[in-house]
Amino acid sequence: MAYLIAKNNFPLKKVVLGVINIPVIIPHSAAGIALLGVISRDTMVGKMAENIGLSFVNHPAGIIIAMAFVSIPYLLNSAITGFSLVPDKLEKVAMTLGASKTKVFFSVSLPLAVKNVVSGLIMMWGRGLSEFGAVVIIAYHPMITPVMIFERFNSYGLSYTRPVTVLFIIICLLIFILMNVISKKQRDA
Amino acid sequence: MLFLKNKEMLELKNINKKLGKFSLNNININVNNGDYFMLLGASGAGKTLLLEIISGIVKPDSGQILFNDTDICDKKIQLRNFGIVYQNQYLFPHLNVYDNIAYPLRNRKISKSLERTEISIIAEQTEISHLLKREIKNLSGGEAQRVAIARALATKPKILLLDEPLSFLDVQLKKGITDLLKRINQNGQTVIHVTHDYKEAFTLSSQISILEKGAVIQSGKIDDVYKLPKSKFIASFFDIKNYFTGNVINKDNKVYFETSNCKLLVSEKIPNDISCVWISTVDIKLITDNNKSDFEELYHGKLIDIEKTHEGYNLVIDIGIQLIVGLTGNICINDYILGKSYEININKLAIRY
Repeated sequence: MAYLIAKNNFPLKKVVLGVINIPVIIPHSAAGIALLGVISRDTMVGKMAENIGLSFVNHPAGIIIAMAFVSIPYLLNSAITGFSLVPDKLEKVAMTLGASKTKVFFSVSLPLAVKNVVSGLIMMWGRGLSEFGAVVIIAYHPMITPVMIFERFNSYGLSYTRPVTVLFIIICLLIFILMNVISKKQRDA
Repeated sequence: MLFLKNKEMLELKNINKKLGKFSLNNININVNNGDYFMLLGASGAGKTLLLEIISGIVKPDSGQILFNDTDICDKKIQLRNFGIVYQNQYLFPHLNVYDNIAYPLRNRKISKSLERTEISIIAEQTEISHLLKREIKNLSGGEAQRVAIARALATKPKILLLDEPLSFLDVQLKKGITDLLKRINQNGQTVIHVTHDYKEAFTLSSQISILEKGAVIQSGKIDDVYKLPKSKFIASFFDIKNYFTGNVINKDNKVYFETSNCKLLVSEKIPNDISCVWISTVDIKLITDNNKSDFEELYHGKLIDIEKTHEGYNLVIDIGIQLIVGLTGNICINDYILGKSYEININKLAIRY
């Protein structure tokens, strides 16, 4: 999807780019409510999922969807930037050398944009990891770390919350450092 | 490979393409098998666009591209098998030299041993055997250009398309690549080469077409086009200084070529319908007092400018039209004074038409 957006000019492209970023700008609890409107048991998607024995509410699948929904703009934006930086002529030259469009994507475009895609994935993962608002609406249980922090703070107070919070912050910092290392390699390449 | 030189291979028929404000208009070009065909033109004339239309990268709005009498307009890029080499090469930066050259071979799904053999032959031909393990970012301009040519040759292209391959290179590297291109063409490879430098055309081309503002304005052998440029633009493109338009007149049993402000005595053999003539800067002579009587016709004019050239000086003398007179050898330029009148002679047989 990022490749198609990056490489094609189409009407309303700016609108599409804006829509991609909606989860970033709206309150995440509102994003959770919006998602619930699509995947709860009363909806068509929810009913279809229930038919195969899957319920998104209070289920890891629901947590994954909530996390992905609010964090996917980070991946898409980074990947779109990466693919835009691959010169069109480089891809066309690959085609003159006998490569199909699919081959060009996997042998030229993706390898050249892979650092952006990976850094977008890390960003997405990091953002998903710290998501609270959307997840708490879809699935309070099973409890993810931010919900656990909230729960512990509400039930037991600050001192009981501190260890898990510190651990969580350290993990987030490590992600941030990793991202910087990747970006630096990208700049040096 | 059976090599039938001079058999018509590629024919562009009435090609039109509009891109924003620019358009290619009614392009007709014929390229024969084994030709070294050059498309000449200034920047923005549409040369690269035309090359991309031939390669299939850009689709024309109308017209036909006939390859061996078959229209290939709708044929996929991958199936045309025209290797293209751009000015800035577009080598794959994430692959080394070997893998860049192997890229088209791997698309053909040949065995590894055959791949190695073919790469070794191409590398030897393009003199890059020592570079095969090198990363692209560590190549010099000339090396990168050789690798790009090698990669295009690996496809065994029916036509090799070159977009200003010598532009970024210094004189020494240019010579090396020029020799390589000459050799490739001598081995039977048909080449279409785009350039803005007419000197490259003198060295390499068998046929040329000149493009101006998206239209072909003259085609033929380079010597023929140079001898008889059809317009002032083509003349200036070839660095021809004294190009004049006008008409032939007869007066007092002499034949003149009359321009807007001047009459030039020309050969009696000049056809009456000639509308342009040109004179080489070295065929115009400044006259000293002691040899005046030797000449059939003398022109008078003021020296209005002096330009330094790599061979000496060009004097601009206004005789109604501005004539550029070339001075070479040991010249004391201080002997020539701006604003002073000089007499000059032009050998009528040196006036070309």
